Amino acid sequence: MSEAKTNPPLLELRGLEKRFELDKGFLETLRFKGGRITRERRQVHAVNSVSMTAEKGEVLCVVGESGCGKSTVARLVAGLLTPSAGEIHYDGERIDNRTRKAMMPLRSKMQMIFQNPYASLNPRMTIWQSLVEPVRHHNPQMSKGEVRDRVSDVMRSVGVDPSWSKRYPHEFSGGQRQRIAIARALTVDPEFIIADEPISALDVSIQAQVLNLMLEAREERGLTYLFITHDLSVVQHFGTRVAVLYLGAICELADTQTLFSNPKHPYTRALLSAVPQLKDDRPNHIRLKGEIPTPINLPKGCPFHSRCAYARDQCRMEQPKAVHQPDGSLVACHAVEEDWPRD
Amino acid sequence: MSLLSVSDLTVKFAMRDQTVTALHDISFDLAKGERLGIVGESGAGKSITGFSLMNLLSKPGYIDSGKILFEGQDIAGMNDAQMRGIRGNKMAMIFQDPMVTLNPVLTIGQQMVETLQAHRKLSRDEAEQIAIVKLREVYIPSPEERLNQYPHELSGGMRQRIIIAMALLLNPQLIIADEPTTALDVTIQADIMELLLELCQSNKVGLILITHDLGVVSQMTERTLVMYAGRIVEAGRTREIINDPQHPYTQGLINALPQQTLPGHRLKQIPGNMPSLTSIPVGCPFSPRCSYAVDHCRTTRPEPISYGTVRVACHEVNRLHNDTPDQEKQA
Repeated sequence: MSEAKTNPPLLELRGLEKRFELDKGFLETLRFKGGRITRERRQVHAVNSVSMTAEKGEVLCVVGESGCGKSTVARLVAGLLTPSAGEIHYDGERIDNRTRKAMMPLRSKMQMIFQNPYASLNPRMTIWQSLVEPVRHHNPQMSKGEVRDRVSDVMRSVGVDPSWSKRYPHEFSGGQRQRIAIARALTVDPEFIIADEPISALDVSIQAQVLNLMLEAREERGLTYLFITHDLSVVQHFGTRVAVLYLGAICELADTQTLFSNPKHPYTRALLSAVPQLKDDRPNHIRLKGEIPTPINLPKGCPFHSRCAYARDQCRMEQPKAVHQPDGSLVACHAVEEDWPRD
Repeated sequence: MSLLSVSDLTVKFAMRDQTVTALHDISFDLAKGERLGIVGESGAGKSITGFSLMNLLSKPGYIDSGKILFEGQDIAGMNDAQMRGIRGNKMAMIFQDPMVTLNPVLTIGQQMVETLQAHRKLSRDEAEQIAIVKLREVYIPSPEERLNQYPHELSGGMRQRIIIAMALLLNPQLIIADEPTTALDVTIQADIMELLLELCQSNKVGLILITHDLGVVSQMTERTLVMYAGRIVEAGRTREIINDPQHPYTQGLINALPQQTLPGHRLKQIPGNMPSLTSIPVGCPFSPRCSYAVDHCRTTRPEPISYGTVRVACHEVNRLHNDTPDQEKQA
């Protein structure tokens, strides 16, 4: 990270939390227990006290299994959900408590790319209409000619021929649609892009095309990415820093190189070992016990203790704090903190 | 005698105005207990191959020509009644999405008992006992309780284990798994794959694994077919194909993986897209995307030839092979 830290980070999350109510009405909260009717509210703890920062120009990756809250983090940052607690700062200003109207100027700086390019483009609009709409909306003063030039430029830069602009989304393949979705994010000239599993729905060779496109856009436009993915090989290639999320909490946050060369949290190690390798016949895959617990009524103590091979009583009682390691990574694990014997 | 022997299988789809060919002259053998991977991108014809082997093609698709010999009998010509004796019984299929495969309104127990009773004369109790044994084999905790549960009560990984248990119910000779872990997390995927490998090895069950993930193929299978636009472009031992791919498409697929490039550098992408079935290019179907293509690649279709121990359908394979080491030396 840079030494001159005079500028605030582009994005900063402070103790971010998101809980979803499971029981919507009063009657749903009533339970019959031990001969008595009790009232009990169940909540999904999707994101629990997540703090992290993204400097300008960084690619901050958030990884984890399904249900770990990574998409919720993306949606909170994009302002599509309001946090239950905690703060989101963008470029030094707090943005999570802004009104819709006050968010408007930020919307053109912050754009989102979604996983499914089939669902994120309006099927009844030609791609030209889809691409022009955000430009017009954010730049009402622009003339028709300027809008046309801007959109055509962006289309060419993502490898979508402007002569296709009269076509509808269904006439394109998945990879082309994802390019169009990226083009739509780029037309308003953003500085920050939130990409939620942007290549998971695509074929290997097309994944490479789209990743290359995102790399180019980063170099040409100086973009910062918040990249949500479950694919660790993509993280290793594309990310500058990685946050590993488990049950809505960060277990490890480190520079990509540090994380891949020296993973510390038992969960990170298991996750890395599960990636099928091309060249080894049988890797030393660390088998996790059981499955990810439900985020309703979180387990006490360390969220990972039920599947961890090193868990002791302390892990079951006390939630570990994220502690800085000598190599700059941040790890939330009693075993790492107190250096219990591990192999 | 091999367990399964497919020769010159051609599958067509009769569309309103034209007939398209989805599979061209697919031929391969599978020995008893052998594990074969079929890789390629979407639209390559991997799943159609799987469906054809189970004789599950539905209209407008049909097997135009070719033979599928399973234990010496030709499946391609069988009627529904004959097929029912084989499907589920001697060969079973595992699909990508366990939620679609399981019937949501029946309990796990009902579905397993139904399958068993359809093929064997068993009482309900006997069938349930077999079901419990099979569930235990796939490491389902407290299997007796699971029998009374509905699919929605179980997690994705658990459902896929149950699907595997159901596929194994009648001790089949062959399992066809079509992207069995694509919908699952990496950790669960690793578990399921390990389980599938273990079960196939201990029971001597043949496996055809259809996937787009070369990493999975590399760890699971002994032989691999690489498909492109309805044809086999490369076939051989998995290790050789992964370590020394001959066909430009196979090379492209492997090189496109992020782990093949230094972090932060441009990935080696394959330009363009897989052609649609209605517009397959003349000559080599891969020629428009191939950087080695020369004139006759665009006019004449390459036939599979033996190259070392693998079969490759590429005109330029000799030139390619001589080129690659030089490039590596320079780099």
